[in-house]
Amino acid sequence: MSLRLSKQWVPLNPQSAGQLKGELGVFQLGNENKEVIYIGSAGSRSQFGLRGEIITHLKDAAFFRIEVTSAYSTRFQELLMLHHADFGCYPTLNSESDTAKLGKLSPMGKQTCTYN
Amino acid sequence: MHLQLTQEQDLIISMVRKFVAEEILPLELTLDADADDLPEEDRLRLISKVKEMGLYGLDIPVEFGGPELDMVTRTLIAIEMSKHRAGLYSPCYGVFGGAGLAQLFEANDDQKERYLFPTLRGEKKGFFGLTEPSGGSDPARAIQTKAVRDGDDWVIDGSKIFISGADKADFGLLFARTSPEKGRGGVTCFIVDTDTPGFHVRRIVHTLRSAKYATELQFENMRVPDANILGEVNKGFAIASDRLNRQRIPYSAGCIGVAIKAHEMAVEYSKIRETFGATLSSRQAIQWMLVDNEIDIKQSTWITLEAADRVDQGLSFRKEAAMAKLVATEAASRVVDRSLQIHGGYGVTKDFPFERWYREMRIRRIGEGPSEVQRHIIAREILGSSLL
Repeated sequence: MSLRLSKQWVPLNPQSAGQLKGELGVFQLGNENKEVIYIGSAGSRSQFGLRGEIITHLKDAAFFRIEVTSAYSTRFQELLMLHHADFGCYPTLNSESDTAKLGKLSPMGKQTCTYN
Repeated sequence: MHLQLTQEQDLIISMVRKFVAEEILPLELTLDADADDLPEEDRLRLISKVKEMGLYGLDIPVEFGGPELDMVTRTLIAIEMSKHRAGLYSPCYGVFGGAGLAQLFEANDDQKERYLFPTLRGEKKGFFGLTEPSGGSDPARAIQTKAVRDGDDWVIDGSKIFISGADKADFGLLFARTSPEKGRGGVTCFIVDTDTPGFHVRRIVHTLRSAKYATELQFENMRVPDANILGEVNKGFAIASDRLNRQRIPYSAGCIGVAIKAHEMAVEYSKIRETFGATLSSRQAIQWMLVDNEIDIKQSTWITLEAADRVDQGLSFRKEAAMAKLVATEAASRVVDRSLQIHGGYGVTKDFPFERWYREMRIRRIGEGPSEVQRHIIAREILGSSLL
């Protein structure tokens, strides 16, 4: 598993989101420039897993990508901390409650270029 | 050893049991199955209640403001506090307060002012940095992180792994090798501020314990002043070893509490669930599983309480604490496994707490000294120096 969520972006629309399975995991939403604007997770309280969570964001973003994992809680925190380590800020759509209790990471290497 | 609880112990246990049933369990119905903390509003409300109960700061020594509790009572409380989904690693979600790092109670006055008292006030958090990629069971030999004296400072290079909370900590206790030729006697404990240049939290380590992560640290040319040595040079392991041995007892008690809750749920379920026209509880196969649960719980409870009683009597308890840790962690694993089995398919869903207990209990047989190390400690106590 790579440290950063570096999979190919998928255009976000009802068809692509609807084809997702109801698995647990984490996801990123990207804007038209494929910049991460939100990091989310689908945990045990989500009704339809990743599919259910991403469908609620159809109007927020142009792209998405997912990672299926049962460690959704810690991976969610890790992705937010990595984003902060790379860009000095959290994704614009993540709320204060998502980030208030996060720690700090100083990973080897930095993601500085635009996501693919 | 008295086998009857005192009136005061009865009262305290009832209070904690009621607290878990009326405050913690209802909240867990709304939390994620892997939640590790409470919404802030609930956390503060419950801390306030615990303070009213006079039980806040259970592991803080009396001389530093903690409640006056003997180890047997502390153990009984630990059993009650862990009887919920998150109870194994987050008993009552931390609202009973923690003591921070036990070693800091042995710090000098200056270090207490800078680290212990702010920790007790909730202003600072610390981490415990012992395990390295080269090993954790035998830190005396495995520690390769080195500290070299340079004037009034020590320059530290190395790494640590499986360290909890380092990414959020303000400081940590770091064990580094100061005399390569001295083995166990060549390790020193340093207090390190996490904003020190050269201190890096490189990555998160995801484990079975999906509620919380560990971290991997790296130290590059990190300067730590001589004033931040805890205890003496080359005597890092001597610090608070008594306190560390004591901690094995509530640690064991936490496993017992989860086992009791799992067993209670299995008993209730077996009475209502029917297969082939009869309740599970009428089947000998299930009855014997419940009997084995009962025996496992009783054995581990008595061994753990004996260790606690020896602490209170001022007797040596190293062997008994190791036995408690070994027996309780392994017995509780069996109880959770059987109780999960009795619940069938529901047992592996996140609707029930068993899957989380099953995963987290597996870690308990490794952390705080794996079962094999506990057996080594016990053998050494039995056989003395002839074992070596």
